[in-house]
Amino acid sequence: MSEKSEIIPVWFFVGVLFLVYGILIFASGLAEWSHPPATVLANLHAPVWWGGLLIVLGAVYCGTFRPGRNKT
Amino acid sequence: MAATLGMLVTERLVRLAPVDLAIVVFYFVLVLGIGFYLKRFAKTGEDFFMAGREMTAWVAGLAFVSANLGSLELLGWAGSAYQYGILAAHWYWIGAIPAMIFLGLVMMPFYYISKTHSVPGYLQLRYGTAASGLSAVTFAIMTILMSGVNMYAMAVVMKVVLGWDLNFSIFVSSITVAIYVAAGGLFSAIFNEVLQFFLIWFGALLIPILGLMETGGWQGMVARIQHNFPGQDFTHMWSNLGHFKDNPMGMHWTGIVFGLAMVQSMGYWTTDFLVVQRVLSAKDIRSAKLAPVIGAFFKMAVPVIVILPGLLGLALLPMHLYPASDLQAGQFSYNEVLPLMLARYCGPGLLGLGITALVAGFMAGMAGNVSAFATVWTYDLYRPFIRKNAPDRHYVSMGRWCTLIGVFVSIGTAYLAMGFASIMDYVQALFGFFIAPLFGTVLLGMMWKRVTRAAGFWGLLAGTISSITMFLLMHGKSSERWVALFALSPDAKGLAQDMYQSLWSCVTCVVVTLLVTVVTKPRPDAELKGLVYSLTEVAHEDRVRLLHRPVFWGGVAMALLAVLQIIFW
Repeated sequence: MSEKSEIIPVWFFVGVLFLVYGILIFASGLAEWSHPPATVLANLHAPVWWGGLLIVLGAVYCGTFRPGRNKT
Repeated sequence: MAATLGMLVTERLVRLAPVDLAIVVFYFVLVLGIGFYLKRFAKTGEDFFMAGREMTAWVAGLAFVSANLGSLELLGWAGSAYQYGILAAHWYWIGAIPAMIFLGLVMMPFYYISKTHSVPGYLQLRYGTAASGLSAVTFAIMTILMSGVNMYAMAVVMKVVLGWDLNFSIFVSSITVAIYVAAGGLFSAIFNEVLQFFLIWFGALLIPILGLMETGGWQGMVARIQHNFPGQDFTHMWSNLGHFKDNPMGMHWTGIVFGLAMVQSMGYWTTDFLVVQRVLSAKDIRSAKLAPVIGAFFKMAVPVIVILPGLLGLALLPMHLYPASDLQAGQFSYNEVLPLMLARYCGPGLLGLGITALVAGFMAGMAGNVSAFATVWTYDLYRPFIRKNAPDRHYVSMGRWCTLIGVFVSIGTAYLAMGFASIMDYVQALFGFFIAPLFGTVLLGMMWKRVTRAAGFWGLLAGTISSITMFLLMHGKSSERWVALFALSPDAKGLAQDMYQSLWSCVTCVVVTLLVTVVTKPRPDAELKGLVYSLTEVAHEDRVRLLHRPVFWGGVAMALLAVLQIIFW
């Protein structure tokens, strides 16, 4: 049972997911900036700010709950 | 015009950009990685089936909500919102929040103190093997059928959005779930459910945000709906429930209050082991009480990503959607409103995120079903009836095999769901069969020590049989006569019929239980300690700070619920 205290917190995995997705979506948004897709409200460049939000949240979660900090 | 647009949308959706594929693939890699990582921690039965009972209130609470937030929820209720309007939100608010609070504050102490591993396990302690076995069998059937419904919903997404082969998408997602749940058990299921909860929110939240920006806010959306569907009321929750004919659902307020809020939702959220299992994994009784309360707040917010997109579909989609059973070439069904709205706003990257959210929803729902099925089969059917007193290691192994078998059996049930006009009608019927009578049995058992073993079994059996009988009568020949009798009006439609079916089956269960109790001998008090209200010492929280008390937050949730009802009256 004692080894369970060493389980990586689930919040860290959430952070990894957000960070990776944020980077991919943000980069995709930047790449299509000058020729946005044919979707409604494409002029708002949602991938850029949504991807940015995910990057910030992902970084905070990864930093706060990184393995070894012993939070579950 | 509509057909042309439909073809354009479909053609555009099938083209996933490389970044979308990368997002989908990364998700599968991550959940499998988590499953294999957690395998080392799932060695004993307590670990595999109960996640070691070490989860915090937040993790258990999020998993509690997420296990219910499957693709069925996302697609089915978004479709119901398009079909019935904001009335569908009743299933998230009055049809969920009071029941979740009731579970946390009233029922969870009995589940937790008795140290049961499942709801049938509680029935075993309270009523004995007969009632427990009946409950376990019906639950096993229900979870497998539910998995099939989830798969069907998933297959629709893949068909509409990606054009993928149905079998391919079903097998890839299902086998992934089978692998990670079989590896890490409930640990793995809960970890991935928390992950999926966040993914679903961030994948779907852009639709209401951008939708409301396009309509100019709530008032703009309402104005567009009234323009598109003149004379129909899609945006009020109570004011149009005075008569069955006054609303698109064919519902009466008594069906919502007595059928949904007091029976069906109570049955689902307090006795459906799929969700209760998540709370049983909490590390202590205070966490177990708090987890459903935390879940209630998140549940209250889910209509933002499920109901609102359905309403926005009414306001913004240039074509009308139709029941799946009446679909013609180039048309879309109600259940496809969410993918259509996703396609409306999301280009490369965001589309991948949205698709992954839907896939995650499917996997969360399925993981919930198979992990609960594995526990009930192993502990409530296999151990008492087939092989008693085997080593713990043997039961863990059985749980792993059962997970794999459960997935493959449920694949076969997916096609059962395809012939129904609305996915939800099918599921509501299932809930009515098993869940509503079970609520009567469990609640009476917890609250009244006089209730006997025989009464528990016969009450549950009578309630279940009455429910199935009512369903068959209301869907067979001379159905109008039976609908008028059971659902109080010939104008009552599908969901309304289900609500009254639940109500009467629970009433039947309670009446039969009481009658049998009167003529049978009660169990001695000593055998009922920790199982019944009057014989159980529940720790008081007088010395706990107000902000740390589950009852305080339960009160806040109920107050918020009341405010929402008034706003959308």
